[in-house]
Amino acid sequence: MFSYFLRRVILMLPVAFGVSVICFMLVQIAPGDPLTAIMPVDATADEQAAMRAVYGLDKPLPVQYAIWIGNLAQGDMGRSIASGRPVAGEVFGAVNNSLLLAFSAAVIAFPIGIFLGFLAGYFRDSWIDRVVTAISIAGVSVPNYWLGIVLVIIFSVNLGWLPSMGAGPGGSQDWSWDWLHMRHLVLPAVTLAVVPIGIVARTVRALAGDLLTQDFVQALYAKGMSRGDVLRHVARNAAATALSVMGLQLGYLLGGSILIETVFNWPGSGFLLSNAIFQRDLPLLQGTILVLALFFVGMNLIVDVAQAAIDPRIKRS
Amino acid sequence: MRQFTKGFAALALAAGLAFAQGAAAQGTLRIGMTAADIPLTTGQTDQGGEGMRFMGYTVYDSLIEWDLTSADKPSVLIPGLASEWAVDAEDKTKWTFKLREGVTFHDGSPFTSEVVVWNLDKLLDETSEQYDSRQAAQGKSRIPAVASYTAVDEYTLEIVTKEPDATLPYQLAWILMSSKAQFEALGKDWEAFAATPSGTGPWKLETFVPRERAEMVPNTDYWDEARIPKLDKMVLIPLPEPNARAAALLSGQVDWIEAPAPDTIPAMTGNGFVISSNAYPHNWTWHLSRVDGSPWNDIRVRKAANLAIDREGMGALLGGLMVPAKGFLPPSSQWFGEPTFDVRYDPEEAKALLAEAGYSVENPLKVKALISPSGSGQMLPLPMNEYIQQSLAEVGIEVEFMVVEWNQMINLWRAGAADPAVEGSESINFTYFIQDPFTGLIRHLSCDLIAPNGTNWGHYCDPEMQALFEQIKTTFDPAEQDAVLRKTHEKFVNDALFLMVTHDVAPRALSPKVKGFVQAQNWYQNFSSITME
Repeated sequence: MFSYFLRRVILMLPVAFGVSVICFMLVQIAPGDPLTAIMPVDATADEQAAMRAVYGLDKPLPVQYAIWIGNLAQGDMGRSIASGRPVAGEVFGAVNNSLLLAFSAAVIAFPIGIFLGFLAGYFRDSWIDRVVTAISIAGVSVPNYWLGIVLVIIFSVNLGWLPSMGAGPGGSQDWSWDWLHMRHLVLPAVTLAVVPIGIVARTVRALAGDLLTQDFVQALYAKGMSRGDVLRHVARNAAATALSVMGLQLGYLLGGSILIETVFNWPGSGFLLSNAIFQRDLPLLQGTILVLALFFVGMNLIVDVAQAAIDPRIKRS
Repeated sequence: MRQFTKGFAALALAAGLAFAQGAAAQGTLRIGMTAADIPLTTGQTDQGGEGMRFMGYTVYDSLIEWDLTSADKPSVLIPGLASEWAVDAEDKTKWTFKLREGVTFHDGSPFTSEVVVWNLDKLLDETSEQYDSRQAAQGKSRIPAVASYTAVDEYTLEIVTKEPDATLPYQLAWILMSSKAQFEALGKDWEAFAATPSGTGPWKLETFVPRERAEMVPNTDYWDEARIPKLDKMVLIPLPEPNARAAALLSGQVDWIEAPAPDTIPAMTGNGFVISSNAYPHNWTWHLSRVDGSPWNDIRVRKAANLAIDREGMGALLGGLMVPAKGFLPPSSQWFGEPTFDVRYDPEEAKALLAEAGYSVENPLKVKALISPSGSGQMLPLPMNEYIQQSLAEVGIEVEFMVVEWNQMINLWRAGAADPAVEGSESINFTYFIQDPFTGLIRHLSCDLIAPNGTNWGHYCDPEMQALFEQIKTTFDPAEQDAVLRKTHEKFVNDALFLMVTHDVAPRALSPKVKGFVQAQNWYQNFSSITME
């Protein structure tokens, strides 16, 4: 198991390097100027040139990359051009908030998705299956930012039960697990959970449906095993694939919640990323993308290892 | 994004909007800003006009300030930390400023002329220990006239300009004074200063969480008793997404939002929220290219375009929140003057002028216009530009758009009309801060500021206009200077130098609990008079 883990970690390194090159180059392609955020629009050309030199933006791209990756290797992600604050602090603070949101959404989505999927797979082609299929298609089809707005109108504006924005009454820095703070989490987490509910339900439905028709299930029944025990075997067989889907979904939840975080003014990585894009804040953009991409790679690693632990066939292949 | 906004408005109305009351402490005003981050807290702010409004003139003061007490008249310069100033009768580059005595920073240290010199070094002297590139980036370009400065005595300051420049007081209104003592007490570190800033302003920054909130409390020792805040606290919350701002107000999480989307205004007023607005020095124009070969070099074409737009009709798009342009400056400006060209809707006259120039609906003039889908101060650029496109087509001008994202638009504006990057565009839809003589008039058309070295995007250069600009700079009597400014603006309008469309009215939506706010005709506002019911 350890050699498998080590092999996977070593394979991560070229991926991480590729990610760093791509995310550095990608943000250079977009037209625009990071100095726009920190200088009056009518600053003279000389003043702009002087500021460009201060931030090292006048150097050739390969040199800029070398400096960036060199600093990165020493744990220095640079400073945000727009805010002047260290990128690491900005990114990890935001990622922390996004993780809170993503895990909350996962806690809502995965059990519901698994339950619905199993239900639909077990009662395949029945009305239950059709209802679950309808729910999961609706889940993946409804634009979640639209759903977020609707939930805000109903639960914040109309009923006044839940706040519509922010990560707590005093901001995210003093987060604690009490109702005063958690009520800020409810609407964004529920909104964010809708897509993975649909995807997990559909995946589990397909897996359970297939497995239930396989010979080994008949064999288990023939051995006199109870329905519950048979389902446990089916679940174990479905777990590896379902886990990989859920792992990917968790990655998407973390990085793909730009719209949700914008609608709910949630101070997470998606919100940070969208502001960094509008401001062409290159160090912040590169840092955020890199951390999210590496998180995704890390998530894949964890899923692979977990899959291998559950299903020894994967390790052998 | 527009669909997004429309959807929100429709849903909001359908839902009935029985808005909820949030539990707010007495005397706390919570403001939803359009900025995505808390503006820079060290003195010279970032985040444009909003930064100066909420973090500039609240925590800090400048030597000369804007009068923000009246909603009924254009705001003018008034003494701030300098109680009086004068230019030398013999040497018009030498200015003397008498500083207000007895003023202290929030940390208790005294405000003196030595501190002013220290603050100017902070922006202009790269060798000084307090030089801050972030504040310099914001402040240096605001005081181009300043050559040198000295503390004559504790409360007397002398500034020498590079050449005679009567606009110096307007330039100094940008420069905010940070506390030298606080900087030194914090180990001469601007990052530490940003967390615990100290100015002389009416508000003290108590706490702030980057990108999330800033809390201010009154400076009860403020030197101007009339401007000691009445509130217990003011909270600033960055809420860049218009629908999130609207929802936060409607659900009682904030008491005030900047720039509500026009579609959401009926839902707000229908539920008792107050829309505050007023004319202020902002304009929404097409800055026209005057490079060789531009069709806008023909005054008949420029006037025709200005006569082709039904500005009142455009008001419907904006929920009535606009002032139809009658010139480059808003009609209420003290520098509007009496132009002879009446900017109005007269399509027949427009057609006649275009016919003279050789164009008609059948044989239209083709122009290319640079626009952005969004942007700071751009109001609703896409529908507004489409409206203009249709209006111009009706008289014989066919517009092709080049649409670029806002950040890139700023670059193309800096590059100028002759730059290949604008791909032959003959106009740029850029909104302007037009609060003082330089930003309002000079910078757009001065020969020595032709892009990319300056902000004269269209490459316009006219000796008569240049002479007027020189006169503005060399007329030191404020009343006489105002007269020259009026004459200059008259030429702007009479020569139809821009496609003059509309002025924004800085709408903000307030909870009915907010009392005592007077919206000045200015980019900045006074929050000291406000109370919460």
